[in-house]
Parts: sequence; structure tokens; C-alpha cells
Amino acid sequence: MMDNGTTASRKTKDRGCFCVCVLVAMLEIKTAKTRKGKRELEKRAPKLVESSKKTLILHGTKTSAVLNAVLAQIYQLKKDNAVKFSRKNENVKPFEAGGETSLEFFSLKTDCSIFVYGSHSKKRPDNLVIGRTYDHHIYDLVEIGVENFKPMESFCYDKKLAPKEGSKPFIVFIGEGFEAVQELKHLKEVLLDLLRGEVVENLNLAGVDRAYVCAAVSPNRVFFTHCALRLKKSGTVVPRMKLEEVGPSMDFVVRRHRPPNESLRKEAMKTTREKPKKKEKNVKKDELQGKIGSIYIPDQKLGEMALPNKAKGVKRERREAKRKNLTDENPSKRKKEDS
Amino acid sequence: MEMEDEKRSNFDVDLGNLMAFDSYHTFPSETPLSREELMKQCLLKGTHLVQAIADALFTLPSTQDVDGPLVTLPPPLTKLPRAKHLPKPKPPTKWEAFAKKKGIQKRKKDKIVYDEQSGTWKRRFGYDRANDEDAVPIIEAKPTDDPKDDPFAKRKENKKKRIEKQEKNRLQNLKEAAKFGALPSHVQLAATALPITGTQAAPKKVTKDELGNVAGIAATATASGGKFDKKLAGEKPQQHQGKYRKFLPVVEGSGIGSQEREQTEKILNKIISKNSHDILNVEKAVRMHNVKKEKKRRSEKGKASPTDRKLKTQKKSFKKGSFKKGKANGK
Repeated sequence: MMDNGTTASRKTKDRGCFCVCVLVAMLEIKTAKTRKGKRELEKRAPKLVESSKKTLILHGTKTSAVLNAVLAQIYQLKKDNAVKFSRKNENVKPFEAGGETSLEFFSLKTDCSIFVYGSHSKKRPDNLVIGRTYDHHIYDLVEIGVENFKPMESFCYDKKLAPKEGSKPFIVFIGEGFEAVQELKHLKEVLLDLLRGEVVENLNLAGVDRAYVCAAVSPNRVFFTHCALRLKKSGTVVPRMKLEEVGPSMDFVVRRHRPPNESLRKEAMKTTREKPKKKEKNVKKDELQGKIGSIYIPDQKLGEMALPNKAKGVKRERREAKRKNLTDENPSKRKKEDS
Repeated sequence: MEMEDEKRSNFDVDLGNLMAFDSYHTFPSETPLSREELMKQCLLKGTHLVQAIADALFTLPSTQDVDGPLVTLPPPLTKLPRAKHLPKPKPPTKWEAFAKKKGIQKRKKDKIVYDEQSGTWKRRFGYDRANDEDAVPIIEAKPTDDPKDDPFAKRKENKKKRIEKQEKNRLQNLKEAAKFGALPSHVQLAATALPITGTQAAPKKVTKDELGNVAGIAATATASGGKFDKKLAGEKPQQHQGKYRKFLPVVEGSGIGSQEREQTEKILNKIISKNSHDILNVEKAVRMHNVKKEKKRRSEKGKASPTDRKLKTQKKSFKKGSFKKGKANGK
């Protein structure tokens, strides 16, 4: 190597015309320094089967009291899987070119792939932008205005009914608008993604306690409310469901929307048949004996084991009687000595 | 009842997401309802839909658990986009490619190996490992060895080289993996600074302190020596505050007074001693040379004469010689 280098340089010198400089970008291997950091990074890595999407809730430079409450209550609904920013964000303008860089950065840092952004202006009062990201780049956006907002506190109901944090909700969409109107169809998908919580395989039927109702009342308006479920006896296996409004409830007025890029959509919808391999533990394969599994057997506590028949000497009454005799004998002996 | 059944069949129920969708219901637009009525209608309709989900959900086969009946949900029907791309397969490393080509298969190695030197079983790798080349305390020299180079140093260097090579190969494989977007999640390849042209090594990283010093020096490059500059938050004060030179008193005296003279003399002496070969007294040199020559000739003559030698030996044996002789006789 060295020889080659020197000869090459000599050649260039002989020619005496120019020197060739090859710029090699020096690369450095950076790994997580702590085990905890490594685990965190592994958690964030792309997976074959994804866990639920985290939600980022943030607002722009100006918000109204209504919007503050809306964001806070959305956060409360999604508390188990959401991050809320409390400061103003000047550079976040999802629909404008260049206004998304900051948002994408936040999405990367917090590992969130759905965001709810609130802003308030004269042109668009009480504005909510719900969007999703793919690979921490904006995938699609829906803008809605909030009207007729009724906070959780304004509903009175039996507090026993209050839905528990992180429970899997029922989601109900009503109205043909969700199929006929493009914007609403898009909104339905985004709302489903936002509200559905974790995709689970096993569900505990005793833990079913909440439902979201979305109704397309007109082509650009959606009524949204959050209800608690009351399961009543019906005489059959299926209980009779009763909805009890617990709030928040509000109207969404559809404003701008940006559907996903077709190629990006195709890319994002990809799934695989293959399932993540689970590590096979405690199983050995032997050529002669075939498959051998090892099982853990807890320690046999021989000392505490009940014996089938106790020997005479071990019996408690005998032992106690013996001890009694000993104590009886001693005073008598003393007496003898005294006399 | 029949009406309800008919309605229920119209609902789309996605049990995986616990979602129901009624795409046939229309809200009257010509005669707008009051808000109260509208909400009531929504809730009523919602109850129907929730009931539809419950009908499907509660009839699923369930297993009893401590907390309640458990139900296995079918996978969701509505397809939603992924949050991140599918994990990409890792390209084979150079060794893996080579091994495949040659048909080399992975073999499991024992954790514990027989150590020939100590005659015991030891771990294959790590601290106190078996057959550790580096732990050999004596290296036997061969007749072909060059006596100048240190075999221990050489061994150390070889090890260093091996590690470097491995590190290089690792980086190369990771670069290849990065091309396919299949880097392990906990590894990042960060570009360091570009090398200075003509050199291979990456430039040394400048430490925070060094940068601070440089900033301090640069700050003094104003007419006032940086005295009136606005300081940034966290900026260091300038390095040299006050005077650089110190002038000693020229008037002679004791203590500090004599220092000035000493200093100049010292410098003068240094200069003179350095350039002494220039200042050559030819006459003196010739004379000294002659004297030396004379002395040499004389001493050679003295050695040649036996009488001189005798005298000298006698002189020497005055004290110690007699003592030694006595000792020898005693023995």
C-alpha cells in the first residue's frame, strides 16, 4: 500500500502538472453507549409488525382558550401513548412549504407518527391539523375547525362509568358523507388511526368501556363525541349496550386537506406475510434422540415434605412428655439435696 | 325486530379495530334539526352501531381468565399506513459472501478450551484465556532473529494491526449495509471532518479548551486589546492580562539592581560561547599545539626507559604493596 502511494506520488511529480486529491469522507461508527440507549433505539427501529402509533400534540404561536382545552383533552384521551408540547412553535406550518421541517424533526425526536397541531387565526379560528408521518416525513394532512366544543367537565355522569386510561375503544362512523365526500373519507381514516389505540390480538371483554361516535351531519361537518359504555343484562350472551356521553364533544368543520402521494401511499401500505420469528428457547435437536426440550422444575423442598407415617419418636406428644418428665425430675433432685 | 335486523346487515363492522360504519344513514339537510335533536339521533344511531359491534364481539369464542373473558380478535380489515418502512434485509458481509462461495459453514465452538501452558481448562476468550499469545513471558530467540528489534514490542504491534484491520473491515461492511438502508438500529455512521488533502489521517479534534484559548487570543485583536469588547455568555476572559514585558532597573545595586547586569552578561556569554570557534587566537593555538606535542614525546621517552618504570613501581608499592605482601605470606 505504502509503496504504491509513493510511486504514484513520484509519477505525478515527474509529470509535474497536477496533483490528484481524492476526498474520502471519513466515517465513524457510532453506537449506543449504554444498554438503555441501545434498547431505546431498538424500540424505535422499523419493525415487521408495528406497535401503535404515538401521537404528538402541539400548537402554533397563537391559540384560543377553546383550542387549548381541545388539545389538553385530546391528550387526556390518548394519555397512554402521546406526547404533548406546551410551548409555542413558531416554525410549524404543516401546509406551507418549509413549514414542515421542524415538525418532522419533532416527530423524529419523540418517535411520534401522528400529530395534532392547533392554531388560531382570524382566517381560520380554532384550527386543528391532524396529520400522519411515514418514516418521519409528512404523509397526509387534514385541517379541521372546532366548533360547539363541550369539555369533559360539563358532562355529569356516574364517575364509576368513567373510561379507564388506554382501554380499547369502540369507534362508530355514521353517515354516507364518510363514503361520498372525499375529504370526509380521508378524515375518517385519519380519525380511525388516531383513536383506535393499540392493535391487539386478545381483548378482555370486561375492559370494554368506551366508544367514539363520529357522525357526518353535513358534507363538511362531523359531529364527534366520546361516550362511556354501560353493559346491561339482556338475558343472552350479548349484553345490551348503552351509551353515556362523557365528553369531550365537538363539531369538526373540514377545511383544507392533503391526501397522501400515490407512490408514497403504496409504499406505506406494504405488509408482509411473514411473521416475526420468536426465539426458540430450551429446545435442542439431537440426531439420535430428535427434539429435546428442557423444563424447569422448582426446588423440591424435602425438609418441608409431609411424611406418610411418623415414627414414634418423632411424634409431638411423646417429645413434649419427655421434656415434661425432665423438668419434673430436676426439682425433686434439688429437694433431696436440700434435705 | 325485522327492521333492526335488516339495518344491522347494512353495517360494516371491522372487528379488528372495533369499528362500525353505517354508510347508508343520511341526516336530513333540507329541514335542519335542532342541535339537541341531532345529537340525540346521533347517539341513538351510535348505540345501534355499538350494539352491532358487541353482537359480533361477544359471540366470539372466549377463554376465561382471572380478569374476565378473553377474546381473540381477527386482524383489522381497514388497512392503515405504516409508521415506518418495512425492515430491510441486511446484505451479507464480505466474509459471509466468501464463506458461502466456498461452502464454509458456521460451527459452534466450545466455550472452554484446554490451555497447554498451564495444563488446565480455561475460557476461549476474555480475561485469563487459554493459549494466550500475549501472556507468554519468554520468547525464545532464533538464530535468524535480528538482535536489534524487540520481539515483545513486535508482538504488541502485530496485535494492534490485527485489531485495526478488523475495525476497517467492520466499517466497510457497515457502509455496505448503510447503502441498502439496513444498518443495525443501534449503529450510526457519522461523517467526521474531511481529511486534510494529501494526508490519510483524520485531523485531530480540537478540544473545547483549545478553542476557548484561540477565541481569547482573537478577542485581543482590537485597538484596546479587547478591553472594551462585549463578552458573550460563557466566554473566557482573555489569556494574557496586563504586561507582557518587564524592565529591570538600570541603576546598579544589590538584589534586583544587579539582575539587569547579570541578564545582559548571560546573554553575552551565550553568544560568545556559541561563536567561540570564530574568535580563534592563532598564536595561542600554535603555542598550545607545540606544548602538547612536546609533552607527548617526553612521556613516550619516559615509558621506554626501565629506570623510570622501576622508580614508579616502587613509589606505588609504598603503602599498599607491602601490606599485600604481608597478607600473602601469612597465607
